[in-house]
Amino acid sequence: MDISTKTTAPPAPAEPPAAPLKTTRGATRPGDRIFLGLSRGSGILLLVIMAAIAAFLTYRASLVLSKNDGNFLTTFEWNANNTPPVFGIAVLAFGTVVSSVIAMVIAVPIAVGIALFITHYAPKKIGGAIAYVVDLLAAVPSIVYGLWGALFLVPHLTGFYSWLNDYFGWTHVLEWQGGAPRTLLAVGILLAIMILPIITNVSREVFRQAPLMHQEAALALGATRWEVIRMAVIPFGRSGVISASMLGLGRALGETMAVATVLSPSFEINASLLDPGGGTFAQNIAAKFSEATEQGRDALIASGLVLFVITLVVNGAARAIIARRKEYSGANA
Amino acid sequence: MAKRIDVSGLTAYYGSHKAIEDISMTVEPRSVTAFIGPSGCGKSTFLRTLNRMHEVTPGGRVEGKVLLDDEDLYGTHVDPVAVRRTVGMVFQRPNPFPTMSIFDNVAAGLRLNGSYKKSELGDIVEKSLKGANLWNEVKDRLNKPGSGLSGGQQQRLCIARAIAVEPQVLLMDEPCSALDPISTLAIEDLIGELKERFTIVIVTHNMQQAARVSDRTAFFNLSAVGQPGNLVEIDETERIFSNPSVQATEDYISGRFG
Amino acid sequence: MSNATITPQGPAADSLSAARLPRWSPYAIAVGAVAAGCAIGLGAGLDSRIQWGLIAAVLFVLGTFGIATKVEGKRQAKDRVATSVVWVSFILAVVPLVSLIFETVSRGVKVLDVFFLTHSMGVVADYEPGGGIYHAIMGTLEQVGLATVISVPIGLLTAIYLVEYGRGKLAKAVTFFVDVMTGIPSIVAGLFILSFWILILGFSYSGFAGSMALSILMIPVVVRSTEEMLKLVPNELREASLALGVPKWRTILKVVLPTSIGGITTGVMLAIARIAGETAPVLLLVWGNPLINTDPFQGPQSSLPLYIYQQYQNSGGSPAAYDRAWAAALVLIAFIMILNLVARGIARWKAPKTGR
Repeated sequence: MDISTKTTAPPAPAEPPAAPLKTTRGATRPGDRIFLGLSRGSGILLLVIMAAIAAFLTYRASLVLSKNDGNFLTTFEWNANNTPPVFGIAVLAFGTVVSSVIAMVIAVPIAVGIALFITHYAPKKIGGAIAYVVDLLAAVPSIVYGLWGALFLVPHLTGFYSWLNDYFGWTHVLEWQGGAPRTLLAVGILLAIMILPIITNVSREVFRQAPLMHQEAALALGATRWEVIRMAVIPFGRSGVISASMLGLGRALGETMAVATVLSPSFEINASLLDPGGGTFAQNIAAKFSEATEQGRDALIASGLVLFVITLVVNGAARAIIARRKEYSGANA
Repeated sequence: MAKRIDVSGLTAYYGSHKAIEDISMTVEPRSVTAFIGPSGCGKSTFLRTLNRMHEVTPGGRVEGKVLLDDEDLYGTHVDPVAVRRTVGMVFQRPNPFPTMSIFDNVAAGLRLNGSYKKSELGDIVEKSLKGANLWNEVKDRLNKPGSGLSGGQQQRLCIARAIAVEPQVLLMDEPCSALDPISTLAIEDLIGELKERFTIVIVTHNMQQAARVSDRTAFFNLSAVGQPGNLVEIDETERIFSNPSVQATEDYISGRFG
Repeated sequence: MSNATITPQGPAADSLSAARLPRWSPYAIAVGAVAAGCAIGLGAGLDSRIQWGLIAAVLFVLGTFGIATKVEGKRQAKDRVATSVVWVSFILAVVPLVSLIFETVSRGVKVLDVFFLTHSMGVVADYEPGGGIYHAIMGTLEQVGLATVISVPIGLLTAIYLVEYGRGKLAKAVTFFVDVMTGIPSIVAGLFILSFWILILGFSYSGFAGSMALSILMIPVVVRSTEEMLKLVPNELREASLALGVPKWRTILKVVLPTSIGGITTGVMLAIARIAGETAPVLLLVWGNPLINTDPFQGPQSSLPLYIYQQYQNSGGSPAAYDRAWAAALVLIAFIMILNLVARGIARWKAPKTGR
């Protein structure tokens, strides 16, 4: 009996032995057709949802963008409830990018460190326990991070802010006028803690897959543990770490509640990370939403569309890097 | 250059499992010593204890002494990193660093140390590749990745990489088992040349190979599956293959088991 | 050294022994660094413990480098510095987690009692003490339940399509967009349902609207984990069933799914744990409600994460509201952690069956 396992339409033999081997039209039986239809339909539904997200956001945004009295890209103002509305995303784009970059600068090295710790430094049992702790970090909801950030982290940052101001205030970037430390730097630190788990987990996986034989080759040449990692682990895992970082970046860009609770937004751009200045796309939507008129909501949707496109690009790039790596390592295996 | 190895009472474990038990032998300098024996008899494990690679495996530990010209590899204050610089190793599967060029692969060991002269580096790489009989085949593409070479060339590249740091001893763990006959012949010729300069220990499954390349041969065996492996005898290769003193050796060599 | 002109490099080339630091040295350096960090912190009058810790961490790394360079040489020192940096980064990650759990538990237990769990905020102003989270728990359970009911069938079927049938461009496109969907910010999912369900179709705020947005976040997670599990089912099982003359769809339902049901359950529970803590879409679509509303299809509801946010945001800094926020956070974290633990328990319990 010839059974093809993975083709879309296996000519399934009928149960009763007397039945003809070929069903009519050579097609599948009804059960198979319905089941395939359902599962393929679900897949198509996902594509429809993605298309609908883009279409509906674009449609609502277009309603308000034509009325906008300011420049959507350059206006430093968000008065979308006015007639005519005046709003622009410059400040939001600035704050989103700056806070995410701070988060990356802090989180990526630490995450790589933890991943190496788990795979190459800690004894196996301890490594497993730490991986578990990292998973717990990932499971904490963002609103709880926000609450902790606002009521615990921020009060503890005043000393740090004044210290930064004392020693690095001359750079202007770390100058502090003495207000509450609910600024982009605090947001960046909190975001760093939040994106740590995802970067750690993905990096851990690639470091774990680094081929043992190259590590042994390095050891046999008389390399220290750090030199083994530099020669045979990091080169292998580099693209993995990059895509892990981009996944983390995608999360940092779109994070809403933690930023909304910690940041005290201000619609201006400030050279200093320690003084008020900037908001983020997501935070602005959460903060302005309850007072927004229908027109105001459309304006928020327009800013959400920009955020959607940005995260789409970042995540797409990260996935592309991962996919390319898979092919590369698959060919070598 | 080459040094003598004196092993006494060496036992190696994987966690609680004893892999080899109470092995003592002497490996002569400037000669080739071959390890033969059935699968699982611990010959590769023993080889890896000679440059402290065994302890890299999780749970791996060693009891006993390995003297390299009077210096115990397992003594206190001995740096395993320094041991591995002195006792080089070539692995079963060729493993050039995939992200590095041919040149960088050979230079990898020297660069680790950081104290070479830039002008010297090219000479050393050339000399090492010549020493590994690979120079003529790769001299025009030193900047190409090492993974682009054939299996046999890759293995010779790994040998070049190992001898570039001028070790005292060269350990080879079934270096030809992944190679075709012609590449194998090239490596065997190379081993014959290298023994002028290094002490060579080679693990092999291929008894003809042991007979062809080695001066002395050690036969390892294990009494039963799950039992630790042990050294049956070590002698001149000629004697082992013509008139061994232990019956088990003769049985193994004549193909009666294993 | 027959024909070699190379001089042995480095100090260790001729001798195998090298001066090494004793085994306890990292601990000693760590203790010293912490002591020095505290001393500097006290001496300079730095009021934040964070600074003390940072100073100690920097001193630890520098101290390791200095001492190791002196005793062991540069290469060993680099190795030791890498080890100490890795340790420091690990501790840096654990500190916030411990602090977060500690703060939530110690501040949360203040008002957490049976009354708190069984009453709403109906007659209590946000700045007053009293009230509870009953309405929020109800809201969360209903919204998450509805989202699960929507997401699991779609997610399962999509995963089955990708693993059992998927060929060609459509499957590739679905795979790609599932990945992309994983990265959609939750607020964008909320905005989508807002524009489509509320602004265009004209429905009002409701728990169900929130559930739809949560589904968008949950479906890709379910697809991914189910896919992984289905791929683990050995092909021989499918072939054995097909060779008996069982149609493909029955093979999938009766052989493939039962084999991987443990892993799929784990994946679904982890997905639930993930969306249970989502605030942003709920804020846009469910709106919040201090009263008990058990009908998720009619009118605003509350939910635990939204409750935390609103207690924090709308109370003007009242300590009573902060206490309630912490208590609700404790309940939410407990709920999510229990889901996580049970999910992992199932995974471990079921693992030997498929893992072999």
